Amino acid sequence: MIKLTDIRKAYNQGRDNEFWALNGIDLKIEPQRVTALCGPSGSGKTTLLTIVGCLARPTSGRVHLRERDISGLPERFLTEIRRSTFGFVFQQFNLIKGLTARDNVMLPAYPLGGDWRALHDRAESLLDTLKLGHRRHARVEWLSGGEQQRVAIARAMINDPEVVIADEPTANLDTALSREFMAILENLKEQGKTILLTSHDPLVVESAVVDTVVNLRDGRLVGAD
Amino acid sequence: MRTWIEKQKALIDFTLSSLARRKLKNLGLLLVYTLIVFILASVMLFTHALRHEAAQVLKNSPEVILQRMVAGRHDLIPPGYLEKLGRIRGVQKKEGRLWGYYYDAVVKANYTLMVPAAGAFTAETITDGSIVIGAAMARARGLTPGNLISFRSYSGRLFSFTVADVLPHSAELVSADLILMSEADYRAFFDITAGYYTDIALSVANPQEVRNIAIKLAETLPDSRPILREEVLRTYESIFNWREGIVLVLLSAAILAFAIFAWDKASGLSAEEKREIGILKAIGWETGDVIKMKFWEGALISLTAFLLGYIAAYLHVFRFSSALFEPVLKGWAVLYPRFELTPVMDGFQVATLFFFTVFPYTVATIVPIWRAAITDPDAVMRG
Repeated sequence: MIKLTDIRKAYNQGRDNEFWALNGIDLKIEPQRVTALCGPSGSGKTTLLTIVGCLARPTSGRVHLRERDISGLPERFLTEIRRSTFGFVFQQFNLIKGLTARDNVMLPAYPLGGDWRALHDRAESLLDTLKLGHRRHARVEWLSGGEQQRVAIARAMINDPEVVIADEPTANLDTALSREFMAILENLKEQGKTILLTSHDPLVVESAVVDTVVNLRDGRLVGAD
Repeated sequence: MRTWIEKQKALIDFTLSSLARRKLKNLGLLLVYTLIVFILASVMLFTHALRHEAAQVLKNSPEVILQRMVAGRHDLIPPGYLEKLGRIRGVQKKEGRLWGYYYDAVVKANYTLMVPAAGAFTAETITDGSIVIGAAMARARGLTPGNLISFRSYSGRLFSFTVADVLPHSAELVSADLILMSEADYRAFFDITAGYYTDIALSVANPQEVRNIAIKLAETLPDSRPILREEVLRTYESIFNWREGIVLVLLSAAILAFAIFAWDKASGLSAEEKREIGILKAIGWETGDVIKMKFWEGALISLTAFLLGYIAAYLHVFRFSSALFEPVLKGWAVLYPRFELTPVMDGFQVATLFFFTVFPYTVATIVPIWRAAITDPDAVMRG
């Protein structure tokens, strides 16, 4: 579904502090499977995630999404692909404070201009599925870490994306909540979603839910299981 | 189209909940903003209504007034002048007028004494020994029809008059200090012998002819000065413009302070706001969507302030008689006219105020957002 060819990414290119985060990555991400990018801090996991998720463009190399080369597309088209194909769960959750759980969930759908009532119902149903229905009117800053993450997951799912991208999803959760997250992940997989996540948490990497673990170090692939 | 509307609705919905998050700050801003619009709109509405009122009043006044000048000062028209004018083509009617001022030491006010034009509605009411007075004067002296009032004339003689009637409240703007009396009483009171007049009023049918007639008048009676109605109107305009200017100058410091405050609020982006823009972009908002959302934020605040301020100003001027600016804008007098202005609004004036209040604020909100919104969305991943 997603094919990366010789992906290289440099930050501050041409300056004294030039830094190559990725040094020639070749990778295929299979549809409807869970792929985990694993590696120490600074290995390039998050950078790779941003390139796959159309949040950034590679300095060189090609990204193919369903046979379509998307690596050179302008920002507007990348946004369109990002919105329709990917759902993001960020490490810090990145919810908008002051808004309710439901408003946060609805945010990615606003620019699409769909029917508000339908969107409203979909957000509530997602929150119900994630056992957060009773907290839908609560401001996100009043929620616990686990609840915030579930709001972030619901937000990622609101546009019904094919691919869910999660950056270090269990980094801010205790063991019980991490297990809960893995259960949600399994459920998403059963729904046919493609899942790409970064983690160095054994609970995630060694979980049966994860189909493929990709190891990274210094911006290069170490080996794929 | 439907998608576009739904999208704008969603953006406005988000903007509203976004504004509600900083309730106190935004309400404070809205309040100050509304106050500024209120002040500016009050001054504009009031002076415009006054100008309109003055124009309405002068509409029925004679097109040309002829005054005699002696040593550069206004003097009485001597006998024979009306006849000397003869027949001037275009002049419908010419009439000698009698009016003057009288200072009443009791209330420390100046009255305007006048003999009504022949055929005026008051002429039948005013017989020798009776007067019709303006409403403000009636208030100042506590007079009602039937009362007796005495004035000592400039020659030292005491005159007593019966108040026959009080002029209607609606005409107070021009009749607050007026005393209408018969010609005989007037001449006796001011000691002006028959044949003399204060000035001459001429009615001209064709407005195009007014200037030519004025030239002819000046040629026929070189010691006289023709005053045209349009000149009087222009003088009123300048007075009201001047007063409007004074108020605006006095308020300029407050307006400037608000402008700086609003600009700062609108153009400065907090770290929190920048972070939020990053999140919105990362979850699929385009740069244009973020700008639209911020546009709605600026537009909602400034439009609400404009509407509230303008409505408040309208009520202030036309319902509460401009209680706040009355002394400066109307002028000062002992006999203060109490009147309600006819509500008039000038489209161009509304548009000007709209442009100078809503437009700059909305632009000030968008510009910094545009700078922030074009940053790469991957920054959020690293935050």
